[in-house]
Amino acid sequence: MADKNRPDNMDDLKNANVFDNVPATHMNAVPGKATADHVNKLNRQNADGGKSGNGGGFSLNDDRRVKVLSPGALVAKRFFRNRIAMVGLIALLAMFLFSFLGGIISPYSQSQQFYREDMMMKEYASAKESTDLSYDTAPGQQFGGVIQAQLSLALKAGKTEFSTSKGDFEIVEEGPDFYAVKIKNGDEIGIAFKDIISSAGSDDSVSYEYRRAVLKAYTNGEKSFEAEGKSYTLDEDAMIYDDSNKNVGYVSRYIVQAWYPDVFLTKEWKEALIESFDSGEKSFRFTDADGEESEYELTYDPDNLRWIIKQERATHVLDTYSPPSATHWLGTDRNGMDMLTRLMYGGRVSLIIGFIVEFIATAIGVILGGISGYFGGWVDNLIMRIVDVFYCIPSTPILIILGAAMDAMSVEPMIRMVYLMLILGFLGWPGMARLVRGQILSLREQEFMTATEATGLSVRRRIFKHLVPNVIPQLIVSCTMGLGGTIITEATLSFLGLGVKYPFASWGNIINDVTNTYVLTNYWFVWIPAGVLLLVTVLAFNLVGDGLRDAFDPKMKR
Amino acid sequence: MRRRTIRSVITFKNASGGSPAFLLFYPFSGKSYLAPEEVSVRKYILKRVLISIVILFFVALIIYILMRCLPTSYLESIAQQKSSQPGAKSYEEWMEQLKSTYGMDKGIISGFFTWLGKALTGNFGDSWKFTVPVVDKFKSVIGVSFVMGFISLILEIVIAIPLGILAAMKQNSKTDYTISVIALAGISLPTFFFASLLKLVFSVKLEWFDLFGLVGRNHAHLDAFGKILDMGHHLVLPIVTLVVISFGSLMRYTRTNMLEVMNSDYIRTARAKGLSERKVIYHHAFRNTLIPIVTIIGGSLPGLFSGALITETLYSVEGIGYVSYQAMTAGDIPFSMFYMTFLAVLTLAGNLIADILYAVVDPRVRIA
Repeated sequence: MADKNRPDNMDDLKNANVFDNVPATHMNAVPGKATADHVNKLNRQNADGGKSGNGGGFSLNDDRRVKVLSPGALVAKRFFRNRIAMVGLIALLAMFLFSFLGGIISPYSQSQQFYREDMMMKEYASAKESTDLSYDTAPGQQFGGVIQAQLSLALKAGKTEFSTSKGDFEIVEEGPDFYAVKIKNGDEIGIAFKDIISSAGSDDSVSYEYRRAVLKAYTNGEKSFEAEGKSYTLDEDAMIYDDSNKNVGYVSRYIVQAWYPDVFLTKEWKEALIESFDSGEKSFRFTDADGEESEYELTYDPDNLRWIIKQERATHVLDTYSPPSATHWLGTDRNGMDMLTRLMYGGRVSLIIGFIVEFIATAIGVILGGISGYFGGWVDNLIMRIVDVFYCIPSTPILIILGAAMDAMSVEPMIRMVYLMLILGFLGWPGMARLVRGQILSLREQEFMTATEATGLSVRRRIFKHLVPNVIPQLIVSCTMGLGGTIITEATLSFLGLGVKYPFASWGNIINDVTNTYVLTNYWFVWIPAGVLLLVTVLAFNLVGDGLRDAFDPKMKR
Repeated sequence: MRRRTIRSVITFKNASGGSPAFLLFYPFSGKSYLAPEEVSVRKYILKRVLISIVILFFVALIIYILMRCLPTSYLESIAQQKSSQPGAKSYEEWMEQLKSTYGMDKGIISGFFTWLGKALTGNFGDSWKFTVPVVDKFKSVIGVSFVMGFISLILEIVIAIPLGILAAMKQNSKTDYTISVIALAGISLPTFFFASLLKLVFSVKLEWFDLFGLVGRNHAHLDAFGKILDMGHHLVLPIVTLVVISFGSLMRYTRTNMLEVMNSDYIRTARAKGLSERKVIYHHAFRNTLIPIVTIIGGSLPGLFSGALITETLYSVEGIGYVSYQAMTAGDIPFSMFYMTFLAVLTLAGNLIADILYAVVDPRVRIA
């Protein structure tokens, strides 16, 4: 220990300007002078010892027998002996590792979203029982809306004849809910029907003659019919087969439509659907041409008098609020992002913001406080009144208002973060300035300052090389404690949604999710880890600050 | 908010201690100093009040300038809304009308003096958000905040001072460490996290309290006493939150001061003349510890009116803090101006009371 320290002391002396190396000691100790004396004495002894030394052994008054500790080493020793402060220090180190190293180790990135395949019932098709008449016009005839309207009125009234401005018409009932309309004593102009003919192909349009023949056979329960020179057969399920026994379509009372335009409903699917309608089942399974089997569910929609068919299919959804698992140790958040990774990056943001804010506040505070304390008089008065004014400005409301204003202007998240740091730093300096000024006021009356004046050092040098270093212990303690406070302030703002914004993570905006009562109740992993990390970090800063203060204070005996 | 108020008062002592212009230490003396002292106390108070008024003027000016420089999104959105109605005036015309209604058409400096002139007569204008005079809204919500603050201050004192003294008496023991760490943990607890934990345990799991609000669902049907009980029931969690996050600083303050007193010469004298440890502590040490504690508590009294912004917002308790939060996020300039000026007055009043109490309570302190 002694050997290790001696070279430093020797260097100090050679430097002539011993004051530049005044170790930072507590305010109540007399800095500078005492240390310089000590160094001088030490050196003289060393020189004597060197001259009269008889080789290897130490003489009785050789200072190498005495353990010499610099004030800095004493402070460190006191600090490391403080068990609570050490716990805080270890916790802080762990936090730093977690935040800065964790982000690198983590296989995921900050804003990587995860998806999962979820079985969801989605609307697939709708089926409606045809209750209204549909119309088809015979080739080369006029069967307009007026005639159709008069026709349905006549049918309701049970008449077989009606007349419009176009002339008189008669109705021929060809089967149940199947009517042909003719000009009185003339040609047929069209048909009215309720049953729908679907063809096996993707094209649902059929010719008039074919439709008329199918409907005629279907409504009258005939097993075969002829149309367009071909013969067809109808089976019990209302399937239509042509002469080569190939299914060409079917008749049904239901209008089946696909929910999405890109879905084509195959004949087999419609058959399966109608089968379940007939049997009164509420669900059915169907295997499509690609061999994929799906479950379908039928629900009746009374508002639109139709059936809605939902298909259970695998859907690509954001993996939100998934519980902790091997792939996501702390689950995922509301955006389907890995919680643990978000916590790491959030810690980075919180810590960096804390340090930058504290740096800004300290820089302004030291400069203004130093000037104020050193010069005194009207400069001091002016600066201190400014400090008083800033001290009275309520910071939380200002931060909330500025946050809301930035929301209104939709400032970019990154720029927002910079503003946040500047504002927080600027609101934090008055306390620092008061502290520095108070210290400097008491320090500048001491002898070592008179000595600096006598050696003719420049004012800047005297302030920043001789006064400020002696304030540093207080500054370090105050900064360490302040860091905790800054982190809490930032987290509170982010929690309120006025600080760090998505996509950036911060411990505050991670916990923000808890405002949703469902998350509060059901997803502990979303907010408790962030809160614990926040608590541990702030507590650790406070513990270390406390330990440092005790260590810097020579009056504290442990 | 509350946190800050208390801290600012705590740092006050160090600040004044560092500026000997305000406080001078005379040797302890009897009544001979009394007459000149009373005169000087009056002078001192007057001087401090005048300085405070000047500071307040500048604080208000800065806040006003800041508020005016913000985009007045609230007015804009109202103008947008009104101009989109059928047959309405154009957006620009509405904007102009609204600006002149709210005195926003004047320059910043002349606007400030208009505001100041009205504010001095107690007229802070109409709140944009609540569409009632700011002062009326303030009067209707301040009661809850005060009650909340007052109860939590009493609890804080009851918990923090005995614990602080206990920790100081058993310095460096396990008790001391435990108490200190608990106090620090309280200080380090983020309000919103602690409130969420309390809600999870006591509202969701145990179902003892409601999650939000000041009154229950059947509040209107209760009799007068039942209404008070109902409100008290809803205030339990907010008060617990306030006490836990703020008792730590008072406890640490008590401990530090008690330690300082225990190391002083008169305690050694008291022990040397053979007094029992009980008597030394309760008669000599405790009374002297009370001096700074009374000072700091006196200084925090105005803070009772400031409302607990975060806590009230978290529990949706309609106090001054929550109402101001709503006003501020909506860009309600009259209400925000009022609230911030009010807070500045409270801070100044707190420091003033603390300074005066410090001079009055401690007979060793005389004012220059």
